[in-house]
Amino acid sequence: MGRNPVTWLGSPTFPTAARTALADVQLRGNLAHATGTIRTKREAAVGELPDWERLRRAGEAIKDDVLSNLDVYLTRLEAAVTARGGVVHWARDAAEANEIVLGLVRAAGATEVVKVKSMATAEIGLNEALEAGGVSAIETDLAELIVQLGEDRPSHILVPAIHRNRSEIRDIFRATMPGASPSLSDRPAELAEAARAHLRRKFLSAQVAISGANFAVADTGSVVVVESEGNGRMCLTLPRTLITVMGLEKVVPSWRDLEVFLQLLPRSSTAERMNPYTSVWSGVTPGDGPREFHLVLLDNGRTATLADRVGRQALRCIRCSACLNVCPVYERTGGQAYGSVYPGPIGAILTPQLGAGTDDPGTASLLRSLPFASSLCGACYEVCPVRIDIPEVLVHLRGRVVAEKPAYAPEAVAMAAASWVMVSPRRFRFAQRLLGPLRLLARRGRVRRLPWPASLWTDSRDVPAPPRETFSAWWRRNRG
Amino acid sequence: MASSREVVLGRIRAALSDRPTAPEVPRDYDQTRALGDVIGLFAERAADYRALVRRVRWDDLPAEIESSLRARGATRLVAPADLPAVWRVPGVVWSLDAPAYPLPVRTLDRSDGVLTACAVAIAETGTIVLDAGEAQGRRVVTLVPDYHLCVVREDQVVGTVPEALASLEPTRPLTFISGPSATSDIELDRVEGVHGPRHLEVLIAG
Ligand code: SF4
Repeated sequence: MGRNPVTWLGSPTFPTAARTALADVQLRGNLAHATGTIRTKREAAVGELPDWERLRRAGEAIKDDVLSNLDVYLTRLEAAVTARGGVVHWARDAAEANEIVLGLVRAAGATEVVKVKSMATAEIGLNEALEAGGVSAIETDLAELIVQLGEDRPSHILVPAIHRNRSEIRDIFRATMPGASPSLSDRPAELAEAARAHLRRKFLSAQVAISGANFAVADTGSVVVVESEGNGRMCLTLPRTLITVMGLEKVVPSWRDLEVFLQLLPRSSTAERMNPYTSVWSGVTPGDGPREFHLVLLDNGRTATLADRVGRQALRCIRCSACLNVCPVYERTGGQAYGSVYPGPIGAILTPQLGAGTDDPGTASLLRSLPFASSLCGACYEVCPVRIDIPEVLVHLRGRVVAEKPAYAPEAVAMAAASWVMVSPRRFRFAQRLLGPLRLLARRGRVRRLPWPASLWTDSRDVPAPPRETFSAWWRRNRG
Repeated sequence: MASSREVVLGRIRAALSDRPTAPEVPRDYDQTRALGDVIGLFAERAADYRALVRRVRWDDLPAEIESSLRARGATRLVAPADLPAVWRVPGVVWSLDAPAYPLPVRTLDRSDGVLTACAVAIAETGTIVLDAGEAQGRRVVTLVPDYHLCVVREDQVVGTVPEALASLEPTRPLTFISGPSATSDIELDRVEGVHGPRHLEVLIAG
């Protein structure tokens, strides 16, 4: 083994990756623009509901109930799905889930599958496993397509290509999309049109589709996928065989519980009153949609997370990504620095827990650094629709790292100090003032490296040199 | 060797050995809200998401359908077989779909659009819900064509999400539709028109 699929193989620790990301001015600009836009919109969408706080508390309580009785609800879900003609599979880990899916695809006689964006399948590295088994997986989400065509990695839960702006996307499409017009513009509508044309043929001929699930109702066996583009509907409706991979914690007890989550999720994630499409299906409906339905229930570190009394609240997460959009550290480093499919504040608490069993030293060191990728400012907790106390879990996990590794943990100290400076322009200016006399270290107006502890900051960022009036400017001002 | 099912369930039970107690779920959030004119609100919110919305008189429905289709230039339409016969206006070639005699996907793809009814509509979010029931057809017929004309009866409009869910049968295949297909994937701005119908028109009839 050795490979922990929750993280990307060979990812550096967070501070190292953050340094690379911070040097990328384009990336920071794209991120700041996108997260700034969504923050403002989210506030408006949330402000419209007078009972928002009560919905959050209900969401929290429903999820806590799920976690406290997870075995009961999962067996109930299994019975309901089976009764309606679906087949339920249980997977202990990524390798087993991938094996199950590959076996099902082969049994269906397919060599190509269409996929709708799913965190669970990204987490287990399903595409790579299928590829190795001779099956090509086509991502059909616009953002996933951008990532796949650009041979890139995702950087956001909801908008995996958030680090790309429209002209970069145009360039990727022009270079890599078969049949894309060389005169393709960077108008978002035209880019979307190009993706539509590109994928349409695939949808209409696909035999097998693979999806994730946002929720699954134990009482009725109803599975829910929330999406925008309609690629989800295509995958869930057109192919003969549908395979859904779902983390254990996605089950909810009853249909009624969705009245809470279908309000919390769209407003928290895309800042909309409702996302364009939500699909619900239960098993197989004769004459309508797939003739075969398989539901794969995935553990992969979830039960180990459940065993941690403080850390288990991370399993309440509904993957809305609101915590990413408000996080000052995420906004500056981007998602890829977290080395995992789960970036941002939720990644900082979920990845180390899901991946805890790793025996790869590189991965272990990344996982140890993640709980320090935060300034503990608390913004994530405030926006979280299921009230996960992310700072509490971060502190708890930091304690675990220190307990495991009492020796000096440089990545931890570095990140904690750097993020303290990073979160506030005032602190940053303060740090600069402190370091004013050191401006002689600057070359061509940029300070490349400052002595410790400021090196924690300059190592991660090109710092503008403290302004020093040139002699000629002083002369002009005083004499001219 | 124990099956994976037994292993996972065993792990869950071991993880819960501290016997956390399930809290009572507080259901004090709003089931309904004083939203005033829900029909007007539904019209406004559906239009917010770039659906074309018109309020029409029930008795004029066939004529209104005809004028929508003419404005759109749609002459080859798909409809579920149980669509009211008077809605299948003249001047249009109608292809009827039913589970017993499904239209090929190619036919759906080459059509100019689809006409259906709906199960319920949600004012607060501007959402229509299809449940594959009367005059709504299989899911695929409202997915592949590029234009969806949907008739909402005024008495099908409810105020809130909880009201709508309470009226639905969860084991039917359900599709919640809020505006035409869209994406927020480019710089987090909503752009209409990806894989689902790029044009959604709603006739609210009462
Ligand atoms: S932790 Fe909360 S805010 Fe972050 S993605 Fe999960 S549900 Fe959303």
